[in-house]
Order: sequence, then C-alpha cells, then structure tokens
Amino acid sequence: MDNPYLAHHFETPVQQYDSGKLGMWLFLATEILLFGGLFCAYTAYRANHPELFVWGHKFLDVNLGAFNTVVLLFSSLTMAWGVRCAQLGQRRGLMITLGLTLVCGGVFMGVKTIEYSSKIKHGLEWGKYYHPDPHYLAEHERPGSGEARHLPPVSATADSQAASVPAAFSPASQPLPSGLTAEPCKIPPPAVPPAGLYEYSTVSHETYEPKPLNGQIFFGIYYAMTGLHGIHVLVGMGIIAWLLVRSWRGEFSGAYFTPVDLGGLYWHLVDVIWIFLFPLLYLIH
Amino acid sequence: MTNPTPHHPREPYYQPVGHVVPLWLLFLVFFILMALTVVTVLAIQVNLGSLNIWIALGIAGVKAILVALFFMHLWWDKPFNSIVFISALAFLALFIGVVLVDTTSYQPVIIERPPPLLAK
Repeated sequence: MDNPYLAHHFETPVQQYDSGKLGMWLFLATEILLFGGLFCAYTAYRANHPELFVWGHKFLDVNLGAFNTVVLLFSSLTMAWGVRCAQLGQRRGLMITLGLTLVCGGVFMGVKTIEYSSKIKHGLEWGKYYHPDPHYLAEHERPGSGEARHLPPVSATADSQAASVPAAFSPASQPLPSGLTAEPCKIPPPAVPPAGLYEYSTVSHETYEPKPLNGQIFFGIYYAMTGLHGIHVLVGMGIIAWLLVRSWRGEFSGAYFTPVDLGGLYWHLVDVIWIFLFPLLYLIH
Repeated sequence: MTNPTPHHPREPYYQPVGHVVPLWLLFLVFFILMALTVVTVLAIQVNLGSLNIWIALGIAGVKAILVALFFMHLWWDKPFNSIVFISALAFLALFIGVVLVDTTSYQPVIIERPPPLLAK
C-alpha cells in the first residue's frame, strides 16, 4: 500500500521518518547544552561556596520535589504509551494518553506554583529582590544538619544593642576590679570576620547556626534553573495540546505518527532534565 | 508481518514505520524508575559525606539512561541518534569539568607577606 504521507523529496517512508528523528535529536542536543550552561553556573558556585547550598536547600520541600519527579516519570510513561497508540492507529488510546500527559504537566506546574508562591511570600526571591523574612529564616534553620551551638539565654532586660552579645560576656556578669570602667571597643571589626563570611542569626539567641551571606545567589540559581525548566514544561504542554487536537481529528496512524513521536521526545527530555535538577537542588545532605 | 499487531478494527491500519515498543516493557521501565527515585530519596538520609552528591547523580544518570534508551526509543533506533545524544553529553561533561578544574584552582593570595607601607 502506497503511503499517502510520503513527501516527494524522500524515497521511502523510513527515510522520511529517520530524517525527522535525526533533526529532533539535533535540537535536543542544543537543549541539553542550553541547560548545561545553568548546570555550569550551579557547579561553579557550589564548588566555591558549598555552605550556601547546604543552607539554602532547607527551604526546598523534598516531598514536593519527589512528588514532582514521580508525576513527570508517569507522564513520560503515558507519552511513550501515546506514541505506541499512534503507531497502532488507536485514536482513542492516543487521546487518553496524551490527555493524561497534559494533566501530569499541569499537576507539575501546580506544585511548582505552590513552591514558588510560598517562597515569594517570605521574600526568598532572586538577586536584588532577596528580602528574607528573618523569622521565617530562623524557623527553617533547623539545627539538625548544621552545627548549631547553644548559647546561654539572653536576659529579658537587655536592650537591642546588648542583645547581640551573649549574656555570659556582658559586663554585669563579670564585675571589674574597683577603679576601672568598661568602654566599648574602638578597634573597627575586620572586613572578614574571624569565622569567615558567616553571619549569625540575629533572631534566635538560644541556638545559632552559621548563616552564609549571599542567600540571593542560591535562590537566583534555583529560580533560573527551575524557571527555565518550567517554561519548557509549559511549551511541552502546548505541543501536547496541539497533538491532542490533531489526534482528535484523526490525523495520526501507523503510516504517519511522526509529530507524536517528536513531541514525545521533547517531553522525555524535559523529564530527563528534571531527573537531574531534583537531586542537585533538593537532595543536598 | 506474520504476527500483526492489534489495532482498532474501524480505523485504517498501516504497517507502522519502525518498531513498536511492547507495553509491558514501558511499564517495567516505569517501575524501575520509581524504585530508583525511592532509592535516591532514601540514600539522602544516609550521610556519606562528599560521596552523597555523586551517588545521587549516579542514580539520576541511570534513570536518564533508562528514559533515553526505552522511552525515547534509542535502544531500537539508528545508532547515529545515540551518537548525537552522547556527544552532546560528552561536550557538556567537558564544559562542566573544565569549569570545575578552573574555578577550584584560584589562589587569592599567592605571596603571603604584609602589605607595603604607603608613602607619606
């Protein structure tokens, strides 16, 4: 049976199909390199400032990230199943699997929206818009994984100036010999404090954990990587919606299913990228 | 040809171009991917120091390879598609590898001595 979908500039349907696939794989290679640039930024920053990532990942919910991973893996299954349905001319099966893939993409973006909105609400934005709510930071600085040290409690009558000094070192607890008075130190503090570029939490005085500066860089990297990935998910959902319309019109069969196949390849790549994003951003010990 | 694949009787059937993935294989790969995801999340609870990130990335690499080979059909495709994919990954590895080597070899202070006095 002569394949009516064979274009005049190809000799066989197999050659036409292979050409389409090759073109798609070349595009996917460029997409890998696109995300590679961001992975490179992540690598360079994490190699130089690992403490920033150990601190920053606590604000990311591992359960939501794992749920998103499962959702995308399931959507990859339904997408591959959809390609199979298209190859076998199963129009109804194709529409159901494409619909399921679309729903999974929507669920993924919904969870992403929840994660982003909770961060933005507490001021954890990127770069110069980073204005964290200090109480939210203190809540999330769980003393479990870091080296939280316990300070003696500050007395309730201390004013804000003296509150930054632990009570054990306040003048009241160490009486001076008679005739001497204590004065504030006139030596300016070093540009880099002795403990390195850490800032102690100014909210909780019972426990403190080194809080790295430049939290905005971690969140800049987080939003750039997951944001670009989210844009790719949205584009993929658009493509799948278009494939759904075309499959409803009955345009796909064993002789011509290339658009479903190539759209599926794009969706699988989006899934592969998330497979790498998840451990790098969420699963830092 | 001798074993025609099942299809809906009312829709026209053309011999599919290329290979059709068996459904049981898709589900098998999916469940392996689920298991590896569970392993990844559980492995984080075990603290192995600097090895943690490499184990997590290794498991992620295995998952990516499974998706590429079976969901993206590379196992049955012409090898040139795999060459395109692998070479993109190879160049990415080269890029990230050289950046890592470069960024960790900076020395902010080469000669440790007190700064020179300013002329009055």
